[in-house]
Amino acid sequence: MQWNNASEFFAMGGYGFYVWGSFGLCTLAMIAEPLLVCQRRKRAIKQIQNQLN
Amino acid sequence: MPVLAAYFAALQRDLLLVMRRKTEVLTALFFFVIVTTLLPLGIGPEPDLLRKIAPGAMWIAALLATLLGLQRLFAADHADGTLEQIVLSPEPLCVLVAGKITAHWLVCGLPLVLLAPVIGLQFDLPADAIGILMLSLLIGTPLLSLLGAIGAALTLGARGSALLVSLLVMPLYIPTLIFGAGAVESYIAGLGASGHFSLLGALLILAAAFAPWATTAALRISLE
Amino acid sequence: MINWFKYSAPSTFYPLAGKLIPVFWTLAALLGAIGLYISFFVAPTDAQQGEGYRIIFIHVPASWMSMFIYCIMAFWSLLGLTFNTRLSGMMTRALAPTGALFAFLSLWTGALWGKPMWGAWWVWDARLTSELILFFLYIGFMALQAAIDDPRRADRAGALLSLVGVVNVPIIYFSVKWWNTLHQGASVSLTKSPSMATTMLWGMLTMALAFWAYTIAVALMRARTIMLEREGNTEWVQHLPDVKEAA
Repeated sequence: MQWNNASEFFAMGGYGFYVWGSFGLCTLAMIAEPLLVCQRRKRAIKQIQNQLN
Repeated sequence: MPVLAAYFAALQRDLLLVMRRKTEVLTALFFFVIVTTLLPLGIGPEPDLLRKIAPGAMWIAALLATLLGLQRLFAADHADGTLEQIVLSPEPLCVLVAGKITAHWLVCGLPLVLLAPVIGLQFDLPADAIGILMLSLLIGTPLLSLLGAIGAALTLGARGSALLVSLLVMPLYIPTLIFGAGAVESYIAGLGASGHFSLLGALLILAAAFAPWATTAALRISLE
Repeated sequence: MINWFKYSAPSTFYPLAGKLIPVFWTLAALLGAIGLYISFFVAPTDAQQGEGYRIIFIHVPASWMSMFIYCIMAFWSLLGLTFNTRLSGMMTRALAPTGALFAFLSLWTGALWGKPMWGAWWVWDARLTSELILFFLYIGFMALQAAIDDPRRADRAGALLSLVGVVNVPIIYFSVKWWNTLHQGASVSLTKSPSMATTMLWGMLTMALAFWAYTIAVALMRARTIMLEREGNTEWVQHLPDVKEAA
């Protein structure tokens, strides 16, 4: 373990912006994509239900 | 041979159609000239700089000019129903498609090769470099027509197909652009262009073997 | 022997995928957690690049995935064109946005890695350039699918395009590499001390597996949605518990 405290961890030896910019966007994208798919699925289901009724 | 006859019949038909509507061909050619004229105006007239960008600039202009003509390759025949007749004809479709692609090259590619020396002079290219440029365009432009035909056939009947063709085909043009423009650049740099020419030639043979076939498949998909 | 064709029918594939999705989500979360742990706590600080090198733990797996997904798309396309199954077109279509996302993430992380390392957001390195072109290929594929109204035709046209693309990708990569050496552009090298290499490899592999599980989960979800959209007026869709439940 090379981190003594949390602020050192977030600073990433001066590369904080680059490291967290990469990991942050990746995480964000990987949360957003399934949510968007879920939304699309709900829309599709609603459309079928409208058709049936 | 009936196959050759079919090939030449398709070729002749397309050329005849073009001869009746000359303006379309001239538009693509004029486009090539005007793009290459605009570039120095945008970048500046320093001869050293112009000589450096000449191969790339002319190749990109040639690429764009080819794209302009691609749309016409199948769209007109598709619109008036001729294409369906062609697909239904007893001759192998692949051969007829090859004839159409050849016609496209004769109309859109070959004139660019012949125009290249004039544009090359605008960019202050030495005479031997112009020769290499013409040779690279001579091998490269058929490649552009062959690859472009796949895109044109795939987007047939799709919405906004004119723009879509460029989006699909441009990435596939990258190797041609690199080897074509690179041939002239490395010749000017004194490295010789034979490596580039062999690779361009290899790509041309590959494309000539597979592109008409892929185009045929794409046409069948678009018309089903 | 399993009858694979049975599962290629949307009506049997839909419930199967529904069972598989949670499995792959769990796998993705677990592997992702392990991968993140390795990349931040196990892997030591690099002697030359400091902490900034940790970006490669997502940059390299994202690049791998973007190329891998394109190959998988080509595989489904080949299946689709030969056997004419409906499922393959849906899978290809379901995979494309995720592949494009990984290509984009690879470019994004590459830029964020490049800035501190070479002082430029973008260098015309052969690998980065090829990645950008791969991103264009994904965009082209999705644009073609969106432009054709008839879904079956769009599937077949897309299948052909992805096959043409997969033949061209190595040629493009080779030509860009050739261009790069001719112009003596910057080259990204990943030289590491040997002790470093094993940990790094493990970190990248775990992350790649996590991305892989994520891709399967999202692609299955999207494929299921596409089935609902396309087969909305069929009997089996209308009798799905998913559809009835919320009504």
